[in-house]
Amino acid sequence: MSTPVLSVRGLTTTFDTRAGTVTAVDGVSFDVGPGEVLGVVGESGSGKTITGFSVLGLIDPPGKIAAGEVLLNGRDLRTLPEAEMHRLRGDRIAMIFQDPMMTLNPVLRIDTQMIETIRAHRDVSRARAREMAAEALALVGIPSPVERLRTYPHEMSGGMRQRVVIAIALMLEPDLIIADEPTTALDVTIQSQILSEMQRLLAQRNTALIWITHDLTVVAGLADRVAVMYAGRIVETGPVDDLLDRPAHPYTQGLIASIPSAVPRGTRLVPIRGMTPSLVNLPPGCAFAPRCPHASNTCRAARPDEQARGHGRALRCFHPLETTP
Amino acid sequence: MLAYLIRRLSQALLVMAVMATIVFFGLYAVGNPVDLLINPEADLAEQEATIRRLGLDKPVHVQFGYFLGGLVQGDLGTSFVHNRPALELILSRLPATLELAFLGILIAIVLGIPLGMIAGLRPDAPSSKLIMAGSVIGFSTPNFWQGLMLIMLFAVFLGWLPAGGRGDTVDVLGIPVSFLTWDGLSHLILPAVNVAIFKMSLVIRLTRAGTSEVALQDYVKYARARGLSPTRVVGVHILKNILIPVVTVLGLETGNVIAFAVVTETVFAWPGIGKLLIDSIGLLDRPVVVAYLMLTVFLFVMINLVVDIAYSILDPRVRIRGAKA
Ligand SMILES: Nc1ncnc2c1ncn2[C@@H]1O[C@H](COP(=O)(O)OP(=O)(O)OP(=O)(O)O)[C@@H](O)[C@H]1O
Ligand SMILES: [Mg+2]
Repeated sequence: MSTPVLSVRGLTTTFDTRAGTVTAVDGVSFDVGPGEVLGVVGESGSGKTITGFSVLGLIDPPGKIAAGEVLLNGRDLRTLPEAEMHRLRGDRIAMIFQDPMMTLNPVLRIDTQMIETIRAHRDVSRARAREMAAEALALVGIPSPVERLRTYPHEMSGGMRQRVVIAIALMLEPDLIIADEPTTALDVTIQSQILSEMQRLLAQRNTALIWITHDLTVVAGLADRVAVMYAGRIVETGPVDDLLDRPAHPYTQGLIASIPSAVPRGTRLVPIRGMTPSLVNLPPGCAFAPRCPHASNTCRAARPDEQARGHGRALRCFHPLETTP
Repeated sequence: MLAYLIRRLSQALLVMAVMATIVFFGLYAVGNPVDLLINPEADLAEQEATIRRLGLDKPVHVQFGYFLGGLVQGDLGTSFVHNRPALELILSRLPATLELAFLGILIAIVLGIPLGMIAGLRPDAPSSKLIMAGSVIGFSTPNFWQGLMLIMLFAVFLGWLPAGGRGDTVDVLGIPVSFLTWDGLSHLILPAVNVAIFKMSLVIRLTRAGTSEVALQDYVKYARARGLSPTRVVGVHILKNILIPVVTVLGLETGNVIAFAVVTETVFAWPGIGKLLIDSIGLLDRPVVVAYLMLTVFLFVMINLVVDIAYSILDPRVRIRGAKA
């Protein structure tokens, strides 16, 4: 693999709450290369969104990035002054937020929000910025983009809004896009349409993409590699097909067994038993141990370190499943 | 839109009619102005003549009939005391009050909104605590006391500004205004500040509440994630979303200041309509009181109309339609 666009090392983000310190992102490391799609999967509350915000340096008090490096093309973003970060955000790294209904400012027209983004990063006239905005809308398949520019977010459907947000992300041809479940709010046909359009555009431009989702089936179709998050940690990573065929972490296996389309017809779906743990003052051992069918005393006493397993796979587990990678 | 305007105006007329009727009979019931108006030294014939001239010898329903007759011709009656048309009397005093009210409101907006935003954005900073403490004092101490303190400090101790009266005026389009002469302005400042303090405290609280709520919205984080400058995020994305409650309350408050600036006008001997109302009630000058209250109702309806229109400009989701009023 060529040098990664984004390289995250030991990223740890904590929130000081009244109940105690929440470690939302706990020693996360991963790389994304040019044109590569990294799928980040995990249950609700596993820290996917906070990982994305941490990369952008958008963690507000009481949260803080407690440790780690975020290298964009080799430059550590955590040491950059805030003014430099303003220049990067939206230009070199774009983020697509989770909820398309809440993302665009309700009292500003689409053109205002697109043009302000362009003009924050490019020294172009208002008229030129408007042209660029219309081109970006056309690119994501919005009909009559010039008229669409003059509408307010509430005058558009959820699917349209999500396309607008995707257009804004693609508009300035960033090196990296962080897409936080950008299609969960959409129906299945539109979802696959948007997915394939994004795939095409990103491949053309060699843009790196981090695709955050609950949905393993989306990841299977889109991602090159997958990182499975549990309670703020990446518990398993690997190339997508290999990992889905031969999960080594009991949690990954549990996730796969609970997807309706992944098991043969007539087989009962197996939900992962138990609940996601509270992140306040986690016990010392493996966070998944209380729910894990294979957990031993070792698991409850100590945190498993990450072990490389060859073929680009890595794992945090004392009792990996017997699969031959 | 036209249907909407007509509806609003006819509502206003109805309220004005009801109001005029109630006040007319109410004041009749309170007492006989003749006892206050006529020089007790005057001889009987002279007294009779005056009573007849004012129409007070007729039964009340006949007097009301005359009043209605005059109303149709746009005549609101003639002041018992000043022997001038009531409307003319009020209008001659109105510029002084309008000037006072608008300057007061302007000060409240120009200072209140930024202070409220500072307090809302950084709630734990010492400056924010100071602002909020100030607004509690401004909010909870009586207006007349604030006025007296202002006079004590700036007129008596420091001697910077005059304690009362209106000072020099110049005519603009036939309307006397003070803010264009230095002497007039120096007379205007203290009463305007007196009017402003309470409104400003109100604006600060509203703005702070709105800001701290809006600042947490996804679209604000998204604006930051697009690399917009903090000035643009705060000055456009947050500000535009908090203006709606502020505009509503300020609209109502503007009406209040104009109609009931009595306290400030009395403390500072400001020759506005508030002082005229108090004097007229004291003398049972019925035509002036009735005309004054009708004008007030009209003013409130107009201000509400302006506020509604401002809404539809500020919030694209609100559209004025004839069907709903
Ligand atoms: N402001 C905050 N204060 C305290 N804890 C927080 C805060 N923001 C996030 N967290 C915690 O961080 C954890 C991770 O949150 P995150 O939003 O990243 O989850 P997620 O994986 O994106 O979930 P979902 O799939 O539901 O979006 C959550 O358990 C949450 O409790
Ligand atoms: Mg999330």
